[in-house]
Amino acid sequence: MTPVIRPPAVLVFSWLAALVLLSITVIAAYLPLGAGNTIVALLIAFTKAAIVAAVFMELRRQNGFIITFATAGFFWLAILFWLAFTDYSTRANFPPTINWGL
Amino acid sequence: MPEPQPAAQFAHLPQQHEVAQLGIWTFLATEVLFFGALLLSYAVYRSADPAAFAEAARHTKIAIGTINTAILLTSSFLVAWAVAVVKTGGSRFAAFLLWSAAALGLSFIGLKGVEYAMEYGEHLLPGFGFRYDGPASQSVALFFSFYIVATVIHAIHVAVGIAVFAVIGRRAYQHAYSGSYHSPVIVFGLYWHFVDIVWIFLFALIYLPGRSG
Repeated sequence: MTPVIRPPAVLVFSWLAALVLLSITVIAAYLPLGAGNTIVALLIAFTKAAIVAAVFMELRRQNGFIITFATAGFFWLAILFWLAFTDYSTRANFPPTINWGL
Repeated sequence: MPEPQPAAQFAHLPQQHEVAQLGIWTFLATEVLFFGALLLSYAVYRSADPAAFAEAARHTKIAIGTINTAILLTSSFLVAWAVAVVKTGGSRFAAFLLWSAAALGLSFIGLKGVEYAMEYGEHLLPGFGFRYDGPASQSVALFFSFYIVATVIHAIHVAVGIAVFAVIGRRAYQHAYSGSYHSPVIVFGLYWHFVDIVWIFLFALIYLPGRSG
């Protein structure tokens, strides 16, 4: 088999797209969008991560079994964030009511 | 060159390859939770004092951070290219791509070192002569504690990747990989891409906040 050394077009395109997104996110960080700055930064970060995962990590070509393994960590992480923020966002509303005799 | 054989416990190479893939994805799932817990602590403290975190983030070196992001994205592209090449039997050319990715990793760590030196000079690193005037000083110290822990752990991951690509690149140069056997390139490529993804989020959380204020 003759080796093909030219990079596949989809890789080149994804690489350039990630670099363009990087430029956009840096420019957007300097625009006065208020709370929108964080949302834009995170949306672009997720988009770049999705490009790396789908194209560079070839997840778009994998079967459900591998995808399940790949997303398992994020599933548990979502539970961690959910429970932690349930605690921190409501802690002030539920002050401790039990006096431990101290 | 003899056809590569599967290890004794596997029936055939594709089975061995699938097991290796599941293995690295399982490892990466533990890494998601490892870095995820760090990001959770960042999110909790940032939501407690967003203005101070924005103020602290303004002191990070966004030019170096941006260049380093471009460096890691490019190295990921080279590794993905190496995987595509090695699948068609281009083991030797893949070696150069993997070594180039490792060299980019080295320049990433070099720039990170420059950045740490600048921050050390500005007394921004908690535990290394941290000094900050103003009411936000405690939250700024928290931000930079997260910064240093997260980026040092990330840099260690980059260093491991550089060492692995140096070795795998050498094996590739010796034609150890072929169209039918190239699992190590794919598996460590996945590791490298994951380290890239971690950086994409660290970049958004460390360098971008507070720039418009």
